[in-house]
Amino acid sequence: MHELSVAQALVEQLENIVRERKADAATSFRIRIGPLSGVVPDLLASAFPLAAAGSVAEHAVMDFVEAPVRVRCQTCGAESEAAMNRLLCGACGDWHTQLVSGDELILESVELQLPVTTQ
Amino acid sequence: MCDTCGCNLTPGNRKFAYKPVEPGATTVSVLQNLLKKNDDQAAHNRAHFDSRGILTINLMSSPGSGKTALLEATIAALKNEFKIAVIEGDLETENDAERIRAQGVPAHQIVTGTACHLDAHLVHDALHHMNLNGVDILFIENVGNLVCPASFDLGQHVNVTLLSVTEGDDKPAKYPVMFRAADAVLLSKTDLLPHLDDFNPVRATSHVRNLANTAPVIQLSARKDIGMDGWYNWLREQLAAQRALAADGATRRPAIQPDGIQLHAV
Ligand SMILES: Nc1nc2c(ncn2[C@@H]2O[C@H](COP(=O)(O)OP(=O)(O)O)[C@@H](O)[C@H]2O)c(=O)[nH]1
Ligand SMILES: [Mg+2]
Ligand SMILES: [Zn+2]
Ligand SMILES: [Zn+2]
Repeated sequence: MHELSVAQALVEQLENIVRERKADAATSFRIRIGPLSGVVPDLLASAFPLAAAGSVAEHAVMDFVEAPVRVRCQTCGAESEAAMNRLLCGACGDWHTQLVSGDELILESVELQLPVTTQ
Repeated sequence: MCDTCGCNLTPGNRKFAYKPVEPGATTVSVLQNLLKKNDDQAAHNRAHFDSRGILTINLMSSPGSGKTALLEATIAALKNEFKIAVIEGDLETENDAERIRAQGVPAHQIVTGTACHLDAHLVHDALHHMNLNGVDILFIENVGNLVCPASFDLGQHVNVTLLSVTEGDDKPAKYPVMFRAADAVLLSKTDLLPHLDDFNPVRATSHVRNLANTAPVIQLSARKDIGMDGWYNWLREQLAAQRALAADGATRRPAIQPDGIQLHAV
């Protein structure tokens, strides 16, 4: 599954952030994910430890914010929730809609462990 | 995004969000697409194509839906009109690149091992093995898989997804990520339609529309040369549109590519 590739990209991103901030490690991070991203949160969660082993993100706790599938109707303008394979307007039923939420795959924030300073 | 107002919070993550930051710890707001590195490489590939006036098409489908057969027929029909090149990423049949080369066009086989999709780096490496001088259309035959390939931008301008009539007409409803990303859907192997009573092209099309996808749905048979003109005309239109954009220094991406942050960060 491609979730391992995604997990590897994620670990690389975490490593970069830890390096840029001169931190010791990433302790937790938050991902915003929608079902139409094509990435399944559970599969990503189980691929992460494989990708992170031995890295500065090895012990990081993963937290997901699941983005709902929402569409805006181009015919009547209504915004409504939809199923991922029926992106129809909840108000008028038209299929001419635009996705406003549900395909995200975003690293929102990372919590870092900073080196202990003596001052 | 809404990190401060708390609208993202669910019972499952509330404790996490309000966890006090301990001394020696800091929280960094990132807001980056997870596949940013791939996306950056894809943008670089796209710039390569644009500077050469090449239209690049990502071909996706289940294994065996007829991608290579479509390419063989297309090259045979159009080789006096366009210069075509092919990157082969399909691992189902080892000899796909050979089949293309037999048509007299350059083809590079990406050895994907057990990979279930191509990514922008694999395509970039392939570009360095190819002579793209004078090429009008570059086809990338992706790994036969309806799940993974849609999540990885390769730098293509358009996505074409095949659905053969020997598969279920409800595949677009089962694989919405893939079929939502299609700029054209080809219902392939239509010569077999008379023998199949459960594949209904109208139903297949309506499943595509249910994904809010306006892409043309073209019925064709590469083997029996049925409906191929509709596909060739679509290709001609895409190339003309791409050339016009490139002349203005602009480019295009598949119509429904995940826009991630750009679209949703408000
Ligand atoms: N009847 C029929 N068979 C086809 C057609 N196109 C491809 N096939 C057959 O479908 C099988 C898989 O085709 P191929 O092009 O290798 O599929 P790919 O895996 O998507 O590249 C082969 O046995 C082809 O001969 C078609 O238009 N009609
Ligand atoms: Mg093939
Ligand atoms: Zn995969
Ligand atoms: Zn509406």
